[in-house]
Amino acid sequence: MSRPAVVVDDVAKKFKLFHERHDSLKSTILSGRRARYEEFWALDGVSFEVREGSTIGLIGENGSGKSTLLKCMARILLPDRGRITISGKVSALLELGAGFHPDLSGRENVYLNASILGMSKKEVDLRFDDIVSFAGLERFIDTPVKNYSSGMYVRLGFSVAINVEPEVLLVDEILAVGDEEFQERSAEKFAELKRSGCTIVVVSHSLDQMRSICEEVVLLEHGKLVAIGKSGEIVDKYLGHVRDDRRAREAEERARYRALVPTDEPAEIPLVSCFELLDDEGHPTSTARSNDPLTVRVTYDARRIGEPVRVALSIYRTDGAHVVSLNTGYGIAMGEAGEDGSVTVDYRIPSLPLQTGVYEWSLALHDTDMLHIFERAERLRFDVTPGDFHDQRGLVDLGGEFVTRGSVS
Amino acid sequence: MKTRSERPSLAKRFPSELLWNLTLRELRGKFKRSTLGWGWSIINPVVFLLIYSFVFSIVLRAVPPVGDPSGLHNYAFWLVCGLLPWTFLSNSVIGSAASLTANQDLVKKVYFPRSVLPTSAVLSWLVSFLIELGVLAVALLIVGNMVLPWLPLVLVITALLTAFVLGLALLISPLQAYFRDMEHLTTILLQVWFWATPIVWPVTLLEGTDRTFTVLGYNIIPAIPNLIRFNPVFQFVEAYRDVLYDLRVPSLGRWLGMLISATISILIGGLVFRRLEPRLAEEL
Ligand SMILES: Nc1ncnc2c1ncn2[C@@H]1O[C@H](COP(=O)(O)OP(=O)(O)OP(=O)(O)O)[C@@H](O)[C@H]1O
Ligand SMILES: [Mg+2]
Repeated sequence: MSRPAVVVDDVAKKFKLFHERHDSLKSTILSGRRARYEEFWALDGVSFEVREGSTIGLIGENGSGKSTLLKCMARILLPDRGRITISGKVSALLELGAGFHPDLSGRENVYLNASILGMSKKEVDLRFDDIVSFAGLERFIDTPVKNYSSGMYVRLGFSVAINVEPEVLLVDEILAVGDEEFQERSAEKFAELKRSGCTIVVVSHSLDQMRSICEEVVLLEHGKLVAIGKSGEIVDKYLGHVRDDRRAREAEERARYRALVPTDEPAEIPLVSCFELLDDEGHPTSTARSNDPLTVRVTYDARRIGEPVRVALSIYRTDGAHVVSLNTGYGIAMGEAGEDGSVTVDYRIPSLPLQTGVYEWSLALHDTDMLHIFERAERLRFDVTPGDFHDQRGLVDLGGEFVTRGSVS
Repeated sequence: MKTRSERPSLAKRFPSELLWNLTLRELRGKFKRSTLGWGWSIINPVVFLLIYSFVFSIVLRAVPPVGDPSGLHNYAFWLVCGLLPWTFLSNSVIGSAASLTANQDLVKKVYFPRSVLPTSAVLSWLVSFLIELGVLAVALLIVGNMVLPWLPLVLVITALLTAFVLGLALLISPLQAYFRDMEHLTTILLQVWFWATPIVWPVTLLEGTDRTFTVLGYNIIPAIPNLIRFNPVFQFVEAYRDVLYDLRVPSLGRWLGMLISATISILIGGLVFRRLEPRLAEEL
């Protein structure tokens, strides 16, 4: 075991929640004290260690204290209790931008920023080209940074932060801003820094990214550390929490809705009377394991539509990624309708080829030529939980297997 | 938090390079976007000078002291010798007080010793001040005041004044970060301080006059020349006049006065700053 590069020991940080913003002398003098406020612990007794050369992620919902913790590590905020020990040169890139001066050019800001991070002019001279080319801003380096797009701003900040050869790198929520190509290069740069022994602490809401770059993940909830461990496990655990919260919220909303709408006065009856997922045994469900069978059941009122219907289904991941769209390919004839005039269509998936994540089914009923939409059902959320095969990430499960044999000479 | 020694990169050496960069940035910011650029640093005091000369020597007929031993007898020069150090002080105080709020983006995003911000504001005004002093020295030479041998003393006095001003800057800048409307108070206090110091009016104006100004039934006018000696800026202003206008070495008392006020100012400013520094990022 290598020694810890970062030790966070019982760190707590409180903020004042002002009921009225008093930052003026007048109000201070008039009220005889510095305004009324409530104390609020943004971090409460957080302890963990980061091994030298490892990458650790901080996750948690908005306001859980991730940025606050990172700022304490970067010495920008002073914890009210506990201590943080970091061995080595720290470089931090915190939420959007690295503190550039808007009126100065990119070039001047690079020098200024690097000297803030503790580099001498000579050292910056040596790395200047690397910094600029990594950021991909050669053409804009002499324009004032106020004219940069937010992505460009972050790229330059990130580029400076990683090129000062930090021993400990702190990054907050920046990877999501760059474009696809930049994200790829950052990932490469991360890998390179890791190889050179740099310890990285990263905050991100992109859980897939956390899974892939971090060895360990810390889960924060309301300023408290609730879990720490292997990245995959903790991310799944977090998704579990999120799911439970969402369920509770949805149930509450439904209850509220029901209370609002008197039952004897039904709202307009939708054309789709049923849109649900069924598990292996035919029970309605909203979770599915990777590689398990899953059935989507749709029931609609064919009589009210009065013409053949083409049923179209799509899956999106909640971050917007489009997984698949499909439809019946033909119009389902009126004759299929049962006695009550409704048609039930099942779409059977023998083995769900999706990876862990939160997805949504969408449903639309079209006419045969797909020119007109009769009805679009509310999206149906479902969670995919890990299957048996753990060592994979991404969107789909190809279902393949590895076969090894000696080479044929 | 752990001791500084465990984080070698920044805390170990004073970031002189950073200080220099920030000072340059201030200077560039000050002059970059104006057509006249550095010219402002001369035009400003000249306009000031013309106005005050007109009001005081023509309208109010204030008689400046005769330079002793230089023999120079000119209100404008007498005034500007005192006015330049004052503008340095007041610009520095106002500039440094704004430096933390103006750079809050930096303070909230990166760790570095925050004192470099007010310090760089002071240094950038020091640069302007030195230029102005240079111009003044040339003008004095032209009217026949041989100031050249006195310039080393000017530098020593300037060093003491800079220390004094830096202390004020370190005291006021974090206070202004905590209380935003300190700004107004600072401006008012500077105004009062300016007029309470014999910068545009000679103290001799009050000596041996029968003017009265009663406070609680007591005429305070005769006490002013004595009281004024406890105003640190008075000592500095008079020291500049000693070496530039009169061409004499300031008295020992004056040197002591400057030394003591510079030391006290730096100590208090440094202590206050150190105490308020850790929470600047969240108060801004
Ligand atoms: N300077 C401050 N003054 C007062 N409250 C603050 C300050 N900075 C943060 N907070 C509060 O501390 C809590 C934690 O904030 P923090 O920025 O650490 O959350 P986070 O986990 O980074 O959230 P996000 O995912 O949105 O980035 C929030 O409730 C926030 O309102
Ligand atoms: Mg955050």
